[in-house]
Amino acid sequence: MAATIVNPENLVYSRPKGFTDMPSHYCPGCTHGTAQRLVAEVLEEMNILDKSIGVAPVGCAVFAYNYIDIDFVEAAHGRAPAMATGIKRVLPDRVVFSYQGDGDLASIGMAETVHAAARGENITIIFINNAIYGMTGGQMAPTTLPGMKTTSSPNGRDVETQGYPIRVSEMLATLDGAGYIVRRSLHDPKNIRLAKKAIRLAFETQVHGLGFSMVELLSTCSTGWGMTPVESLAWLEEHMIPAFPLGDYKIASSVAALKI
Amino acid sequence: MAREMWKGNEAIAEAAVRAGLEAYFGYPITPQNEVLEYLSHRMPELGRAFVQAESEPAAINMVYGAACTGARVMTSSSSPGISLMQEGLSYIAGTEVPMVLVNVMRGGPGLGNIAPSQGDYNQICKGGGHGDYHPIVLAPASIQEAVDLVPVAFELAHKYLNICTILIDGSIGQMMEPVQLPEMQPVARKEYDWAVSGAKGRKRHFLSSIYLDVPTEEKVNLRILGRWREAQANEIRFKEYFMEDAEHIVIGFGTAGRIALSAVRTARALGIKVGLFRPISVNPFPYKRVEELCKRAKSFLVVEMNTGQMLKDVQAAVRNRIPVRFYGRLGGVMPFPDEFVHEIQEMIKNPGKPEDDPADLWYLRMMAR
Ligand SMILES: Cc1ncc(C[n+]2csc(CCOP(=O)(O)OP(=O)(O)O)c2C)c(N)n1
Repeated sequence: MAATIVNPENLVYSRPKGFTDMPSHYCPGCTHGTAQRLVAEVLEEMNILDKSIGVAPVGCAVFAYNYIDIDFVEAAHGRAPAMATGIKRVLPDRVVFSYQGDGDLASIGMAETVHAAARGENITIIFINNAIYGMTGGQMAPTTLPGMKTTSSPNGRDVETQGYPIRVSEMLATLDGAGYIVRRSLHDPKNIRLAKKAIRLAFETQVHGLGFSMVELLSTCSTGWGMTPVESLAWLEEHMIPAFPLGDYKIASSVAALKI
Repeated sequence: MAREMWKGNEAIAEAAVRAGLEAYFGYPITPQNEVLEYLSHRMPELGRAFVQAESEPAAINMVYGAACTGARVMTSSSSPGISLMQEGLSYIAGTEVPMVLVNVMRGGPGLGNIAPSQGDYNQICKGGGHGDYHPIVLAPASIQEAVDLVPVAFELAHKYLNICTILIDGSIGQMMEPVQLPEMQPVARKEYDWAVSGAKGRKRHFLSSIYLDVPTEEKVNLRILGRWREAQANEIRFKEYFMEDAEHIVIGFGTAGRIALSAVRTARALGIKVGLFRPISVNPFPYKRVEELCKRAKSFLVVEMNTGQMLKDVQAAVRNRIPVRFYGRLGGVMPFPDEFVHEIQEMIKNPGKPEDDPADLWYLRMMAR
């Protein structure tokens, strides 16, 4: 018999079916990989891998399609919610989601984000808030904290000239079209588990046709922040959570009534 | 089918519906609004997708998404809106997915005005967005011709996996004419081996315009060019009038070409042996045919509602073999046939030399008026 290294009863961790075996290109300490794995796990558990279509952003997650093993398209910077809208309107029985960073979603693509939510577009957005532009080398993002140093706010974000961070979940929660808007964090196992639950509920919102859903995930960018992986997880907890409180910002009553 | 009175924009919209349009995304802008308004009731009535987007960038990216499913998809706009769509158009070209664009040109640059113009010929034919790509562009001169070209536009877009633009101006969009609309075709989405739909029972598909590996990007550029060369070889369209014994030839596209037909008829009545050449595919441009014509004509008069944008394509075919004269009106001013008749007469009186710069001489004449 071929050597069975792991017996099924001992198996506690394996690669989800929806995840490819492509080695990760993300920096050590980056939580993009965690978030993408959660998406793959949820799609597998919901048995919807073969009816899902992902929309990748411009940003560090531009190659999300290398990891999540489903049909994918790659959008222009910020336009993922519009592209997802185009797909969903032609294929309403498919599950369509975008996966976007904060520069992509809350700066150049803010209009597309707000209007997709306002239309109650039946898509899901996984929103990675790492308070910085990762891919282009660590510039200030619309979510950069006051005083936070980036390559384009070298003395720290000066709110007098560079304004204040945008709290996207709170803003979108005011829109009637939004069905499910929550903020979670990826800084420790407990919060990762809560994040996964939220991702599940967001996709359930879509599958049940209950409107726009978004999960904002507080994330790290060790490279952009200039920290070790461990330091960046602690920094997230200490600085980002007070600025971006975790919580449920909008759960439509129809979504709350879902029995999963 | 009977001929009915239709407004240009609405006729084009209905022709697209009958050509199997599955999804339309647009944003209001004059003089194109009626396409959007018409489809806002017609598409839902048929259970097809319609979204009034929040902006032109959103509209074109909705088109981009829908095009990735292989559906017949369209948007329409006018000059300033088309400028905003250029990013998306470049991505669509780079991803090699099909779409139809209707551009109802208006006076510019900038906010300009809402009068008919042909000032966006270069933008629409020569790319507009970044990178090496070549959209197919068809320029009808009447509502009937526009309606007839709509199904052709979808076929070309899907055959060459390219953007196919119907290029008209505000006058064709806004006027009413009797037209015979095409028969209703069923919606038939082709099963493309590249389209996204959910990877059920097959390997996953992914569509993008990103190729970080440089030699691969070069190959993609060559593949796009290869399809374009095929379109250049097979998709040349034009119309000729009074050409048999023509000694002088007027060249104009779209509305300028249509006004030129009235002028040529008048000139013929005056005994002038003049013909009209009207390119319909302005991209690919009928260079070869223009070259053939310049071997038998004494001179050309190019007429446009711009500063001589198509003129450059004509000159590329003529290569200084015969004198070329240019006449243009700008900024939304529509020329009258009489102006063209006058130009024909002046051209015959004083044809000039083949090496003269027609745009330069026209500018001097305009400034001396
Ligand atoms: C139109 C356009 N403008 C700018 C860029 C450059 N660009 C690439 S990624 C990026 C920012 C991405 O940051 P974010 O969305 O926060 O994602 P992250 O990389 O942090 O995951 C920018 C500005 C681009 N590709 N396209």
